[in-house]
Amino acid sequence: MNASVHALSGAYALDALDDLERRDFERHLAVCDDCQAEVAGLREAASLLGVELETSPPAAMRARVLADIAAVRPLPPLTHPHGQEPGDLDEASGALPTTPADDEGALAPVVPLRRRFRPAALVAAAAVLAVLGVGSAVVVPQLLEDGPQSQLALSATDRILQAEDREEVVVELDGGIRATLVRSVSVGRALVITENMPLPPDGKVYELWFDDVERGLVPAGVMPAATDQVVLLQGDALRADGVGITIEPEGGSTMPTSEPVVAFDLDPVKA
Amino acid sequence: MDVIRPDAAGAPSLPEGAPDGAPAPDLSSLLRHSARGDQQAFAQLYDAMASRAFGLAVRVVRDPAQAEEVVQEAFLETWRTAARFDPDKGSPTAWILTIVHRRAVDRVRSAEASTRRDTTYHQQNHAVAHDATAEAAQASLEARRVRQALTALTPVQREALELAYFGGYTHTEVATMLDLPVGTAKTRIRDGLIRLRDAMGVGQ
Repeated sequence: MNASVHALSGAYALDALDDLERRDFERHLAVCDDCQAEVAGLREAASLLGVELETSPPAAMRARVLADIAAVRPLPPLTHPHGQEPGDLDEASGALPTTPADDEGALAPVVPLRRRFRPAALVAAAAVLAVLGVGSAVVVPQLLEDGPQSQLALSATDRILQAEDREEVVVELDGGIRATLVRSVSVGRALVITENMPLPPDGKVYELWFDDVERGLVPAGVMPAATDQVVLLQGDALRADGVGITIEPEGGSTMPTSEPVVAFDLDPVKA
Repeated sequence: MDVIRPDAAGAPSLPEGAPDGAPAPDLSSLLRHSARGDQQAFAQLYDAMASRAFGLAVRVVRDPAQAEEVVQEAFLETWRTAARFDPDKGSPTAWILTIVHRRAVDRVRSAEASTRRDTTYHQQNHAVAHDATAEAAQASLEARRVRQALTALTPVQREALELAYFGGYTHTEVATMLDLPVGTAKTRIRDGLIRLRDAMGVGQ
């Protein structure tokens, strides 16, 4: 983490980071008491910017809010006394046993899984991606969901990224290409974050696959064409011992037609 | 009207204390009770904060219907996470407005995700959705203090805060819009907030 990460505290306090920067900064925040204190103070200042903005909402909103809260229990306090950021809505905290206490605060450290490299596939992948060329990494990442989401819940993507039990597997290739798989057992879903990924060739797309322990490779969605993005995988993430990305004809395939350009290994959770 | 301009006329706000002279509600206490499931306490919290929350959401999201959804979701999140509020770490107002603001910005960005957000900076006053009584009377003491504190910031700092906080732009977009070198906007934002924080004597 470079020295200028602290300089993002102001932008973070104003929600002025893109999704990748926010994720990285929140990881840093979990282990930096100085930044936590600074962010808290800058948020106080930020909340003063709108001090003159008072607009009465429609009366019906009050009834809706009170009906909403009547249906839902408040979450219990987190086990960690510091680092409790407003907006850390952790769906898992009510359902799972409390994690062992540590100093990480509300954002627990990710549990890195061992990386089982498949050198042949990765070398081939690097060669393929080198042929495609590495695009510039200035695209703002997009959040993609696979369907309408409840107004009242965090998106699955947010729940995975904030889950205390999230696991990450990182694959790095030449040229600054980076793909990160994030899975949360409690959410039961997984997502992939790509950075500096070259666009697929014309007429082709990148497709995601779960390596299901019983059914083999099952489609998990076609990735939009972007160099930097967060893509939620469709389907159950708990039955897989791997995730792969292949190049497929436009529209995707029901079975992969080529070896994966990126492969992640996971421990299956459900047999 | 640019709400950050230090010399702008102020919108009215609730007089300090209720009109009948009763003390303003103790929001920390209401949050604490809410965390234990006290719906009546939460209703009081809503009554105290709804106009600030909605005012902020409308300013960021623009569309009042979407602002309603943002505020409704934000209050539900406030209810659910009330146990995590630590009065030693910040004020209840900032806690709630932080939740509102984050959701408002997420809403603005997701609504425009399929098209690049317009980062062409227009030197114009945006039409702000005002409460009908916005032009009246006296600003609150706090609002006057904030306007005074903002005179300690440079114009670039004020503009950067405005674009980031009310416009929902990322700091890199703000740099583009203000024709600043990449990475400079985040410094302006941080410096401006620090000055505001120190001038108002909050958050320390």
